[in-house]
Amino acid sequence: MTARQDDILKTAAAWRDAGQQVALATVITTWGSSPRPVGSQLVVDGEGHFEGSVSGGCIEGAVIEAANGAMESGKPAILEFGVSDEQAWEVGLACGGNVQVYVEKVE
Amino acid sequence: MKRGMLDRLNADRENKRPVALVSETGAGSQTLVYEDEQTSGEELPQEVLSQARAALANDRSEAVENGGKQYFIQVHNPPLRLFIIGAVHITQPLAQIASLAGYGVTVIDPRRAFADSERFPGIEVSTEWPDDVLGRAAPDRRTAIVTLTHDPKIDDPALESILASEVFYIGSLGSNRTHGKRLVRLHEKGFSEQQTGRIHGPVGLNIGAKSPAEIAISIMAEITEARRMAAASGGA
Repeated sequence: MTARQDDILKTAAAWRDAGQQVALATVITTWGSSPRPVGSQLVVDGEGHFEGSVSGGCIEGAVIEAANGAMESGKPAILEFGVSDEQAWEVGLACGGNVQVYVEKVE
Repeated sequence: MKRGMLDRLNADRENKRPVALVSETGAGSQTLVYEDEQTSGEELPQEVLSQARAALANDRSEAVENGGKQYFIQVHNPPLRLFIIGAVHITQPLAQIASLAGYGVTVIDPRRAFADSERFPGIEVSTEWPDDVLGRAAPDRRTAIVTLTHDPKIDDPALESILASEVFYIGSLGSNRTHGKRLVRLHEKGFSEQQTGRIHGPVGLNIGAKSPAEIAISIMAEITEARRMAAASGGA
């Protein structure tokens, strides 16, 4: 809904046009004090470049890894990060929130 | 996401057409849902379709479940816009409050001494005539307009240019007497009572506002009411 998100989807199209592999990550649910609202997006290319954010920095690394997986397999994935999730501690979701991120390849 | 769907979504956004992208998060199949009966892409359960249209009206993306599947409804509504005619004292707090509420704000005042952009940090300020700016801006159903100059030379052309448009809110500063005279002028120009009846005048909810900031709050409250109450009753 923001100008910034405009850029994410346009960037996804532009990167595909440039011949890059592209995946999109979108925050689909949040609980507690999650730093980015539902609908926030991140676009990733096959070399790990990205624009946008889904967490303000703490889970982006794991999301980019999953995005690479989605580019290879063509299958979407849902990632969950939160205080009850071991992985969240590892990647440092220090904000005390809980988020679900949908990751999909742009064909 | 299929490339064709991304392109169509980007085109809809470019054309300021409200659309919801619904993703079934298991298989990744997707559908574009519009406010009217139209959809594009995979077929969706009727309930999810209704939820997507409600999400568009409420301006709120959300995940829903249906038949054991999870769907994510992402709302892509065009930006909310507020045009304020008159770079007067009330305009300063109103522009700030509207920006906080998510509106793209444009302040229009052909009197250059008023329309000093230093008084409106971060806000678009135009010194052109309001009807010229509004004519180009194509005000739509997600646009609100407030006239604040009291000066018929500036306020009236703005009102005349948008009374026939789909904007969801029109407000005009001025006492009952000032507003009465304004209506007479507009009717003499051929506007119908139905059209001029859309103008909120005196502007703002009646909360006893006195200071410029309080008046700005009463105006923003009335704009919010116009937007949210219409959505709640099934309108845009």
